[in-house]
Amino acid sequence: MLEFIQQLINGLSLGAIYALIALGYTMVYGIILLINFAHGDIMMVGAYVGFFSISLLGSNIIVAMVFAMVTCALLGVVIEKVAYRPLRNSTRIAALITAIGMSLFLEYVTLYFLTAQQRVYPASAFPLHKYEIAGLVISNKDIFIIVSAVIMMIILQYIIKRTKTGKAMRAVSLDKEAAVLMGISVDRIVSITFAIGSALAAAAGVMIGLYYNAINPLMGIIPGLKAFVAAVLGGIGLIPGAMVGGFLMGILETLVSGYWSSMYRDAVAFGVLILILLIKPTGLFGKNTGEKV
Amino acid sequence: MQDKKRTWGKFILEVIFLVALFTLVQYLITVGILNRYYQINLTLMGINIILAVSLNLINGFTGQLSLGHAGFMAIGAFASVIMTTLLDYPFIIGIIIAMLAAALAGFIIGVPTLRLKGDYLAIATLGFGEIIRVVLQNIDYTGGPAGISGIAKMTTWPVLFIAVVVTIVVIVNMINSSYGRAIISVREDEVAAEVMGINTTKYKVLAFVVGAAFAGLAGALYAHYFYIVKPETFNFLKSFDILVMVVLGGLGSTTGAVIAAIFITVLNAFLQEYAAVRMIIYALILIIVMIYRPQGLLGNKELSRKSFNRIWGGKHVSSTNK
Repeated sequence: MLEFIQQLINGLSLGAIYALIALGYTMVYGIILLINFAHGDIMMVGAYVGFFSISLLGSNIIVAMVFAMVTCALLGVVIEKVAYRPLRNSTRIAALITAIGMSLFLEYVTLYFLTAQQRVYPASAFPLHKYEIAGLVISNKDIFIIVSAVIMMIILQYIIKRTKTGKAMRAVSLDKEAAVLMGISVDRIVSITFAIGSALAAAAGVMIGLYYNAINPLMGIIPGLKAFVAAVLGGIGLIPGAMVGGFLMGILETLVSGYWSSMYRDAVAFGVLILILLIKPTGLFGKNTGEKV
Repeated sequence: MQDKKRTWGKFILEVIFLVALFTLVQYLITVGILNRYYQINLTLMGINIILAVSLNLINGFTGQLSLGHAGFMAIGAFASVIMTTLLDYPFIIGIIIAMLAAALAGFIIGVPTLRLKGDYLAIATLGFGEIIRVVLQNIDYTGGPAGISGIAKMTTWPVLFIAVVVTIVVIVNMINSSYGRAIISVREDEVAAEVMGINTTKYKVLAFVVGAAFAGLAGALYAHYFYIVKPETFNFLKSFDILVMVVLGGLGSTTGAVIAAIFITVLNAFLQEYAAVRMIIYALILIIVMIYRPQGLLGNKELSRKSFNRIWGGKHVSSTNK
């Protein structure tokens, strides 16, 4: 039982990271119905920006995270403007293929300039402490990841529910044409969505750097796909769904690695995706809507 | 319009062309002008043509974006190697089993996932492709992550040539048959197709199974040329490779797929030492083609003698290019 609770705790910090990435997927999908394949790679760029601001500028982890978030917010906006905006009115398949292209582009441009070599997150940025409470081990790293992720989720909820921008985002997601008629600039809202989503991904990237200690140019693919699964699990387009889905995926992954084999953890993630898509494609929190002709 | 005589004439012309092409390359190999390096690229070209044409049947003609083609290739590769290397059956049995196994996998995966639409289908097939790879990595019988090595080299030029021709002939004839019309109608408008009494699920699964079977054939040829198969070879980047060919050539153009497969193979050969640059070029191809020419270079047009006639002002300009 103790071991099980320990696995749950380990899963929580990983789940918090997945939840942050999943939020970006779900927000973008909610607004322009695009699976932003490059989202995981934006997270990778965030991890690198964080890495370089710690190792080159000597900043602390919070500053590094903010720096990564700002850089990636800009990157996200630029990607949307250059690659996705021209395809706003074309088929969804075309947009998806472009997103795959953008993902490969980010991965291999990084690989070209920074080589495939793994980089180790400087330990000095975050001295590790382990606390033992009633037989359970929890590190300050886990606490930091969970707390900062939860803070960001609260800020996001505030933006979406209480601010004018958030209201506009919800309006665009509900009905784009009607939103335009109400005087909302859809382009601006899409840019803001990409900025927020990418910033969250960047924060997750820095956290992954802390969590796994090592980063490389292709690190974004698998967490990106798993976060996508998390978004689908919770119901794509739904913000609370992405949070819950992310935590569930993180916990599931640690349970699979803990009790079965870590080789199967990726396959299990995809298995969950396929099951959800077949049984309830709208996700755990999604409402069933009839298909429109 | 098309009287029997002209069809026969066309057929004979095509056969003569194919025999000439085959003999020419065989001659060049025997004489030694095509050395090992060229032969490797020639083989890759043939395999890529099979992959691109078969994926094009699913992505281009049926309009169902599948990102799991490498998974079927893996199944074909491993099934054939189990038959030939582990159980000592002849290569032809290996090829047949490879195609059957991949087709079966295509059926098992296709029936549930083809209910999904568009981007969900893409992700689900990507997931299945990865699951196939991970499962293969964990089967001890096939060597786990290390795969199987010491496979006899049986993919010779005649085998390759026949395989490519059979693939193209089967898929082109399928597209031009009533099945093909039904498949294309699914792409154009699924609801309308259903209203016309077409069992859309049946045709989607059919295209998926046929596409998967030929991916299995490509896998078998691949395994029996490079002496070794590893599950890692068939990860989703391999699926993206094939997708690049289909997108570049045109979603729904068999000639386009063939040309793109040849072009991408040559590009790969030149950029072999610069893997990162190669992938950046792939990425740019995907993005730029989608933004400026979403239907791919040839769109759903086919390159034929007629189109050449049109370009050079030939006689048969009257009929529209099909």
